[in-house]
Amino acid sequence: MSDYNVLIVEDSPTMRQLIAFALKRIRGVRIVEANDGVDGLKKLSSERFDLILTDINMPIMDGLKLVSLVRNDANYKTIPIVVITTEGAQEDRERALALGANDYITKPIQPTKILDVAKNLLRIV
Amino acid sequence: MQKDDERLVHSRGEEFLQVFKKGAEFTQELLRENERLRFRLLELEKSQVSGEPAPAAELKKLNERIADLEQEKQEILDRIKHVEEENQDFAARYLEIEDENNNLANLYIASYQLHSTLDFKEVLQIITEIIINLIGAEEFAIMLLDEKSDELQAVSTEGIERSEIPSFRLGKGIIGSVAQSGENHFASDFDSYERDFSAPMVCIPLKIKEHVIGVLAIYKLLMQKKEFAAVDYELFTLLAGHAATAIFSSRLYSDSERKLSTIQGFIDLLTK
Repeated sequence: MSDYNVLIVEDSPTMRQLIAFALKRIRGVRIVEANDGVDGLKKLSSERFDLILTDINMPIMDGLKLVSLVRNDANYKTIPIVVITTEGAQEDRERALALGANDYITKPIQPTKILDVAKNLLRIV
Repeated sequence: MQKDDERLVHSRGEEFLQVFKKGAEFTQELLRENERLRFRLLELEKSQVSGEPAPAAELKKLNERIADLEQEKQEILDRIKHVEEENQDFAARYLEIEDENNNLANLYIASYQLHSTLDFKEVLQIITEIIINLIGAEEFAIMLLDEKSDELQAVSTEGIERSEIPSFRLGKGIIGSVAQSGENHFASDFDSYERDFSAPMVCIPLKIKEHVIGVLAIYKLLMQKKEFAAVDYELFTLLAGHAATAIFSSRLYSDSERKLSTIQGFIDLLTK
């Protein structure tokens, strides 16, 4: 039985592996991976998650659409969401946060940053 | 090795915390003892004032004991200070190791992914992902050397149209020179750099041992990426080797697959 269920929504397997590696430092974490927003929603409906990390630019359904759908669904709206993206402009950040993302991390990937943000949202001291 | 270092740092950190804790408890104890003796001395002095003669020997002994305890306390305080300093050193070292560990993991995952497929297009896609996600480049081109014509041509680009990138002669200009010498090129000033397809801000040869098969030319970094970190240079070195091997193997594999299917076609024709 895992203490924390985390969903990574990212189309790049390399990125998924990198994010998963960073998160595996959290004791009791279980990671589920999804290729895009649609796959992410499908996995969300199958079990309970404590945190979602999503990319923005993905095929089929992008990360912002996913954030918006999750926030407007009574079943998932309390799940913290972190957006991880190459888009570093302030307006991109504000847009994601306005849609309901809890945090916004820009690439290149820094495992320590991902870990800190995840721990904070999972309320791990 | 890395993990052993981490474990060592952890256990040393724990040890020092224990010493620190014991030192603090002992100091408290000494302070209480000191207080008790001061009180006793005061009582003796009072009794002296009130006419009761205090035994001089006992008074002297108590004074000596106080001096000893004061000295001992000072020694412990010095030791605590020393342990605190050492603790800070270990904490800093721990953070350094943590960073190194993260960087090594990035490098491991990048190389693992590079060799996870023999499909040429997939290899190019993985190289592109590594450059965007780990290095933080926005515009770049992967160019391969045509050994027959001695020309470098873009086979994959990001943020730029492939048709925009001209071909470059081996040995000519920055890109041609990097391909010929096998040495990395970095623009002297990234802040003032303006995009020039013949003079990228970073140009890395893709080489197998000393044999260059192409180059990676970076023209623009992501807006939040202001400069290169030490790990980026390690990634460049890794890319130069692993990406070249992965590209070379996947091309070789596609060629042999194609040849095999042609031969199979002939065999089928002859044996019909």
